[in-house]
Amino acid sequence: MAEVRYRDATRIYPGADEPAVDRLNLDIADREFLVLVGPSGSGKSTALRMLAGLEAVDQGSIRIGDRDVTLVPPKDRDVAMVFQNYALYPHMTVAQNMGFALKQRGVSKEERARRVVEAARILELEAHLDRKPRSLSGGQRQRVAMGRAIVRHPQVFLMDEPLSNLDAKLRVQTRAELADLQARLGVTTVYVTHDQVEAMTMGHRVAVLDRGVMQQVDKPRTLYRLPANLFVASFIGSPAMNLIPSSHDGRSLAFGSGRCAVDPVVATQMARFEATDVVLGVRPQGLALGTAGTPAEVVVVEELGSETFVFVELEHLGKTIRVRVRVDAEYSVARGDRTHVTVQGPVHVFGPDGLRLQTRSEADHGGST
Amino acid sequence: MTTTHRERVLTGETVWGTLTLGLTAWFVAAVFFFPVFWMVLNGFKEEADANASPRLFFEPTLDRFREVTTQTPGLLGFSEAFLNSFWVVAVSTVLVLALAIPAAYALSVRPVRRWRDVLFFFISTKFLPIVAAILPLWIIARDLGILNSHLVLIILYTAMNLPLAVWMLRSFFSEVPRELIEAAEIDGTGLWGQITQVMLPIVTPGIAATALLCVVFAWNEFFLAVQLNPVDASTVPIWVTSNVSTRGNFLAKLSAASSLAVLPVVLAGWLAQKRMIRGLTMGAIK
Ligand SMILES: Nc1ncnc2c1ncn2[C@@H]1O[C@H](COP(=O)(O)OP(=O)(O)O)[C@@H](O)[C@H]1O
Ligand SMILES: [Mg+2]
Repeated sequence: MAEVRYRDATRIYPGADEPAVDRLNLDIADREFLVLVGPSGSGKSTALRMLAGLEAVDQGSIRIGDRDVTLVPPKDRDVAMVFQNYALYPHMTVAQNMGFALKQRGVSKEERARRVVEAARILELEAHLDRKPRSLSGGQRQRVAMGRAIVRHPQVFLMDEPLSNLDAKLRVQTRAELADLQARLGVTTVYVTHDQVEAMTMGHRVAVLDRGVMQQVDKPRTLYRLPANLFVASFIGSPAMNLIPSSHDGRSLAFGSGRCAVDPVVATQMARFEATDVVLGVRPQGLALGTAGTPAEVVVVEELGSETFVFVELEHLGKTIRVRVRVDAEYSVARGDRTHVTVQGPVHVFGPDGLRLQTRSEADHGGST
Repeated sequence: MTTTHRERVLTGETVWGTLTLGLTAWFVAAVFFFPVFWMVLNGFKEEADANASPRLFFEPTLDRFREVTTQTPGLLGFSEAFLNSFWVVAVSTVLVLALAIPAAYALSVRPVRRWRDVLFFFISTKFLPIVAAILPLWIIARDLGILNSHLVLIILYTAMNLPLAVWMLRSFFSEVPRELIEAAEIDGTGLWGQITQVMLPIVTPGIAATALLCVVFAWNEFFLAVQLNPVDASTVPIWVTSNVSTRGNFLAKLSAASSLAVLPVVLAGWLAQKRMIRGLTMGAIK
């Protein structure tokens, strides 16, 4: 049982100009399921591999529990890792794969067998214990990789996109099983994914990375409601938030032919910036179609069954822009329809540095990093 | 597996194309195999038959094999030569693998700095024609007192095969997904365990192929053997040539001796081939 602490942890690959992970500060609580999310190349795997000991920590430190592991080799860190490609030992049976780490530690044969069978039961692999990985399906291989980790009762689970090689349906199913398993085992888990839906559904907290820099770490709900900056706002939430370059007059923002008011505390901060240096952020749920508001034309209709997303084009500050609006599934709309858009829901304002301006209560609660 | 007509249509094969390619392949194979076949055949003939204009039908006899395996006192005997060769080849091959495996591991899994240069250095040791080095080699061997010993050939065959073995093994090792080694590291294995419990079992086919080549090269090596070990500890190739006489016909005898000399290599090839099951990393990833 252990918490994990990254302190200014930095990794610069030999020959690289930019750090792959840049001064990462992150505290992960005991039993927490923390997800590292970000686009491809943002340094998620590197951050995870630093914790595993597979990459050097060039600056800063990493602690697991009360132990500084910065200079401890992987084999002595007491962590278990699930690789994206599973990395099963092809010459060993499922049981041998799962028991390998225990064997290395000199765990007795009986104890090993007991723990392997126990893990196999949890993962429904009992029938396959004597098979080699090559005769297993993708889903079964994935479970063997999981089994290899859980038999060890390690201090920390590390998982690098463990579901990305499964087909969509199996991925969604395994996602739930994995979250449940983690909760039952109560082992601190660091989970890497590029899929923000996976991150939001699984993580107790989610850390968002971009180009090696952590942008924000928060509960999924907070990330969604109070993104710290433009990057998080655009990355979290599906479909993405509408981010519209706008202009302000110190109290409100331009949107189409109208204006939308903002929180007074936000407005005072906004007033410090050039009139055209702000970005208006509003989720599709925060816009509505109707008979009043800015005239718009429907270009694309995406029906999901439970709800519908509609792309509309409208005139905004002399340009034609495209925004996405959520409507109820019953709402009847087709390409080419003429309609009007109004801003209803929460409006976010981003300054020229990309940071979101906070209301007083948000600032007081330290809602974001 | 035979291909159906529809499969052939899909892959763009035509009957004539397939036939032409097939016949060509058989022809080329026959051209390569014929000398070996003829050699074995000659071994079963009387000298007169072997030296006469080629005839396919003759009365087979084992006399030539008996002759070449009969020990003549004072001369290099069949069993002695085979035993010498066995020791020289076996020890040098084991040495080559013992040295090449760690080297290849270092070059592929944990590349040292400038590993390409290191690799080039290994192969560059083969650039020098061995004839150019034979005199110094002979003098060194004489000064060390190891002329006509197993040791001198073991050392030289090890050196001769090492670069090739490192190159081959490195490419086999490089095919093993990195994550497997990393998984073993995280599972608590030290360097030794990573090599012996994970890497080696996976690359067994590659090691078998490499060992086979080393065995073949060392078994058939003639130049060094004849220069450095003509008197004692002589190997099979020297025994084969000892059946060449300046008087009378010897073609059948030589053929019989050569046939015996290739047997162990064929056996080694067969053994190695059984280990060369392909796709051993299947199932490791995804
Ligand atoms: N072994 C390596 N050597 C050099 N650069 C690397 C290496 N691994 C990753 N990188 C670089 O570091 C950055 C982060 O990579 P990575 O951590 O794999 O990203 P992610 O897992 O988020 O896709 C990328 O720009 C990548 O090109
Ligand atoms: Mg990655």
